[in-house]
Amino acid sequence: MVDLSVRIGDITLQNPITPASGAFSWEYNDVIDLNRLGGLVAKTICREPRLGNPTPRMAETEAGIIQSIGLPGKGIEYFVDHIVPEYARFKPPLIVSVSSENTEDFAALAEELSVPDVDVIEANISCPTRNATGGNFAMHEEHTKEVIGAIRAKTNKPLWVKLSPNAGDIVSIARAAEEAGADALCIANTFLSLKIRTDNFRPALGNKFGGLVSPALKPIVLRMVYQVAKVVKIPVIGIGGVTKAEDVVEYMLAGASAVGIGYAGFRNPTALITIIDDLAAWCDERGIKKVTDLIGAVKDDDMEMDTLVAASAGV
Amino acid sequence: MSYEPCEKYTDSALRFGDEDHYPERIVGEFLGEVVSNDWVNGEYKHMILKVHARALDSYAGQFFHLLCPSPDGAEVYMRRPMSIYRIDKAASQIEFLYKCEGRGTRGMGMLKEGDDFNLAGPLGKGFTLDPKWKNIVVLGRGVGLATLAPLSQLAAEKGVGITAILSARNPGVVMSKDLFEGFGATTIPVLDTDGTSDVANVEKILNGLIDEGKADAFFTCGSNRLLSLMKKVGKARGVPGQVAMEQIMVCGFGACYVCMRTFEIDGEKTLKRVCRDGPVFNMQEAVGW
Repeated sequence: MVDLSVRIGDITLQNPITPASGAFSWEYNDVIDLNRLGGLVAKTICREPRLGNPTPRMAETEAGIIQSIGLPGKGIEYFVDHIVPEYARFKPPLIVSVSSENTEDFAALAEELSVPDVDVIEANISCPTRNATGGNFAMHEEHTKEVIGAIRAKTNKPLWVKLSPNAGDIVSIARAAEEAGADALCIANTFLSLKIRTDNFRPALGNKFGGLVSPALKPIVLRMVYQVAKVVKIPVIGIGGVTKAEDVVEYMLAGASAVGIGYAGFRNPTALITIIDDLAAWCDERGIKKVTDLIGAVKDDDMEMDTLVAASAGV
Repeated sequence: MSYEPCEKYTDSALRFGDEDHYPERIVGEFLGEVVSNDWVNGEYKHMILKVHARALDSYAGQFFHLLCPSPDGAEVYMRRPMSIYRIDKAASQIEFLYKCEGRGTRGMGMLKEGDDFNLAGPLGKGFTLDPKWKNIVVLGRGVGLATLAPLSQLAAEKGVGITAILSARNPGVVMSKDLFEGFGATTIPVLDTDGTSDVANVEKILNGLIDEGKADAFFTCGSNRLLSLMKKVGKARGVPGQVAMEQIMVCGFGACYVCMRTFEIDGEKTLKRVCRDGPVFNMQEAVGW
């Protein structure tokens, strides 16, 4: 039987399957055994109670959904007192996602969340729908460096940083986060999107813009994970379009140490458990003893030609 | 090119007769087998599904989250929430009454006898019946009546008297009259075609029922106009009420916060999740949609 455990810095996950933040909450214990997951990822918490964005918050598209939730929550005090204990009942490490629009507040929040039952702080510096314009720290190298540096100074918890696929050059942003003290990188958040209704000419979402969630994102995010994993030393968690065990394998081959899953759990509430079982079976069938052997194992050493050379060679 | 759906990820869904390896869970993902899926009239279909015993552990006002097949070339991405129309424990069957309207319900309408249909549930908080209530009034329109049917079944089992006011555009689509009468309900069809469905007339009927002592509680679903009316009459005459609400959903478990509706509690406006805080709510707190 394959050893599915992976290390993300100082944290061991019993398998590489985690829910993506925002797409999961302890209420899923109604339908799956949360103790089987690699980690538990709480919904992003902000300082003040927030109702979130206007409805409708979701619209279907040809290849998935766009959604704009707006980080609703009851604020940090309620979170620490009431939500953290809901997760603490379960064995997997608790990864707490946090967001702010202000560097000092972001760092202070991370400090206040550094309580014993929280295992990892995930700095969500990339929510595309937190404000109406889609702007966030992870769009810029300098902003990323500044905010992650400030958070790092205020917490000793493992610090994972969730990056944006909407940034022009995610590799530079990833480097900036690593230099500022990130322990791991979550790649990526949702893609900033728009849907306009043709019956009334209005944007389909109450917040106008939303984040695209779709299996169609997988090849794009996989490319980002591949590019980033080549240049950073810290672990990468691949998040985007995973619906089956082979998708996990693909992300790991590209260099990810674990994956985050959102959409598949919406569509099939038992999907995360099925993917864990299938991943074990996939490895066992191929005699793979440790799932970590897959990390970065893509066979591409003989493919280091640049695109111009490839084009002239007719490839 | 459309994305190829993966058969594998429905493996942990339970079929009729399957052993349940995780009985602690209170919500399941199931593969129901279509027993029948017939037209009731020109707009509505009635589906009967044979399901795993655990799916029968549901009650009036709860819903299932349905993974509908596609009616066209593209995938139907999200599940569709649908309230339970009837539970037949003896036959291990669950029934849905639905209007073939959007892509999900049109795809659902294409399912044939023997087909698999993936459903997650039962989800949400359903109706509650106070033991003190001897007579209730249900007021529904269109497919909202499907949600009120199992409530009437439950009330009938508890010996509670039911008056069902069935609102529709015309006599051709007054559904469920026989079903409600089968529960011993007195039915009052009200129609758009003869004007009996207008607010003033329904208000008169509701007040009449209160006067006759036949309205210890109000229940409604399916029409904003009827909700406002029942809320107003209920408030004026001190009749408690419950409303089953709808909203576009994603997860169904209370995790994603997509299915929000506005409620007013002690003068304060707030948002609640239809999937987990409801879908049945205190009528006096509902603001409508």
